[in-house]
Amino acid sequence: MTERLRMIEAVRETLRSELERDDDVVVYGEDIGRAGGVFRATEGLMEAHPNRVFDTPAAEAGIVGVGVGLAATGLRPVPEIQFQSFLYQGFHQLVQHVARMRSRTRGTITCPMTIRTPYGGGIHALELHSESFEAGFAHIPGLQVVFPSSPAETKGLLTSAIRDPDPVVFMEPTRLYRSFREEVPDEHEISLGEARVVADGDDITAVAWGSMLRETLDAVEGVDASVEVIDPRTLYPLDAETIVESVKKTGRCVVVHEAPKSGGMAGEIIARINERAFFYLEAPIERVTGYDVPVPFFAREDAYVPDIERITAGIHRALNSG
Amino acid sequence: MSREDVAQFTIQSVQILEEDETVDEEGIPDLTDDELLELYAEMKRSRRLDERAVALQRRGELGTYAPAIGQEAAQVGSAFAMAEDDWIVPSFREQPALLVRDTPPHKILWYAMGMEEGAEIPGGEGALPPAIPIGTQPLHAVGVGWGEALQGRPNVAVTYFGDGATSQGDVYEALNFAGVYDAQTVFVCQNNRYAISTRLEDQTGAETLAQKAIAAGIEGIQVDGNDVLGVYAVTQEAIEKARNGEPVLIEALTYRRSMHTTSDDPSVYRESKEEAGWKARDPIVRYQVFLEERGLLDEETKAAIDDRIESELSEAIEKAKEGEKNLDQADMFRHVYDDPLTELERQRETFTGGTDD
Repeated sequence: MTERLRMIEAVRETLRSELERDDDVVVYGEDIGRAGGVFRATEGLMEAHPNRVFDTPAAEAGIVGVGVGLAATGLRPVPEIQFQSFLYQGFHQLVQHVARMRSRTRGTITCPMTIRTPYGGGIHALELHSESFEAGFAHIPGLQVVFPSSPAETKGLLTSAIRDPDPVVFMEPTRLYRSFREEVPDEHEISLGEARVVADGDDITAVAWGSMLRETLDAVEGVDASVEVIDPRTLYPLDAETIVESVKKTGRCVVVHEAPKSGGMAGEIIARINERAFFYLEAPIERVTGYDVPVPFFAREDAYVPDIERITAGIHRALNSG
Repeated sequence: MSREDVAQFTIQSVQILEEDETVDEEGIPDLTDDELLELYAEMKRSRRLDERAVALQRRGELGTYAPAIGQEAAQVGSAFAMAEDDWIVPSFREQPALLVRDTPPHKILWYAMGMEEGAEIPGGEGALPPAIPIGTQPLHAVGVGWGEALQGRPNVAVTYFGDGATSQGDVYEALNFAGVYDAQTVFVCQNNRYAISTRLEDQTGAETLAQKAIAAGIEGIQVDGNDVLGVYAVTQEAIEKARNGEPVLIEALTYRRSMHTTSDDPSVYRESKEEAGWKARDPIVRYQVFLEERGLLDEETKAAIDDRIESELSEAIEKAKEGEKNLDQADMFRHVYDDPLTELERQRETFTGGTDD
């Protein structure tokens, strides 16, 4: 059975089916119960499961920290952090406890928690509602960082994340929540750590995730070359193998992300390519990213977030040099 | 402009065995003679572990160590009130409570030797490992207390932290979440007057730390933390309340008689006269006199307890050193994730092969 869903509906359907499948799943966060979430991702869930879906006080360290204890008792916490930049208030709990619990107790206490959080620009939200801090999360050993790029991908990845024995930061691109519908299978798991080759090509490899995958696919349509498009899906663990094999074939690569350039994940991806496919390269690898500025207020947001034009230019630079 | 009182609060303080050995006979908890003796033995056990651990550290055989000397009654009394399946959620100065909760002393030493083996929780239940970042663990205890309630189990989480931790936002969030979710959680704040060098009066303008519970809508109570009977009684009551979904914050007034850790020199920030004053108020001495006056403790029993402790600790130290010798360095790659990741496997192979990529 499949159903045509938007991403936000895919999130909701996944939470609903996981709550139904596993009594240990607990969904909680700010305004997620009675109001159904600020994006309505959790609408109806509290009515269906009043003992496992909870509104919380407005306190992100509390939301993350309490999850450590819930998980220790055998539950599977699936908190929502209302916007990704509010996760900074829970960042210390994430780094100091969530990510380290398995390792510091040698596997005797674990933290199978999935923190869902909307990220990124594109919806003209207030200041600090448009961050894309994946490189920060991916730098923390013990965490997994997952990015859905479509409704079907959301279902498969979120299902796997919730069932996974280790913690996941699940980054949901706000701009894709309602942007398009797609066939979403009822039961659907996508292994974490496996990239997806979205389009086959021979001339150049384009790597993009989350909201930037859509932009990249749109850009590729206007490029007169055969572009292989790869969605890593998880930035940690990173499926470097798939990217490296593609670059060995194409010899050229462009990496696209919304986050600032310096210290961004493109640097890590390029380093992996250098380690294992350097002699296959025919041109310097290009990066198309946000600028090294605090994400601007929304009146300047469109100038900050990479768009089709900038991605197209990046692909052309990589194609035309070397 | 009209004004009216809309809410009023008081904080009570509990005492059973006073400094001058006055005893509130009515308040003495219902414990057998053996149990009363056990409280004494457990306090001595932790005191000796701390003394021997500090000596080991001074010889370079142990890393940084945080002795709990002076706080034994606050911890032994409270941990003794826990039921078998309750959870302890400790900070890093909780040797007395951990020993009562059956943590073998060699594991406490392993932790101080820098080994994760010391933070293992056998069976994955009943305890969380020591939390180093100040005031972060009470939230975990709320999660445990709430999680147990959600699963219909009666178990309570008892978490330990200090006066300094009450300045952390996380501690307020924990008290507040506990109040919202009726978490089965007891908060034991050991007010030992110092957060490293920072005195209580520089930590907060609040008259008591127990009153921090009031803003969160839960009960707060103070107890003389050097009165092991008082601490036991207060905690027992608090645990029963928590089991029924009423979380409680206990402020146990005590004194960190020793250093913050072996890296600290308290003479820089406090007078030896002050320390001497608290030596006279030592919780073990106070309780020892109580037991002696009741004919429960004589020289022979004391000697037997001391001998038992010394031989247990000597064995523990041997075991700890043995474990340290057999340390497998490549173990750091295990247990990061349930399923070993390709990249981590690659790094482990590089490490064990002694070559870089």
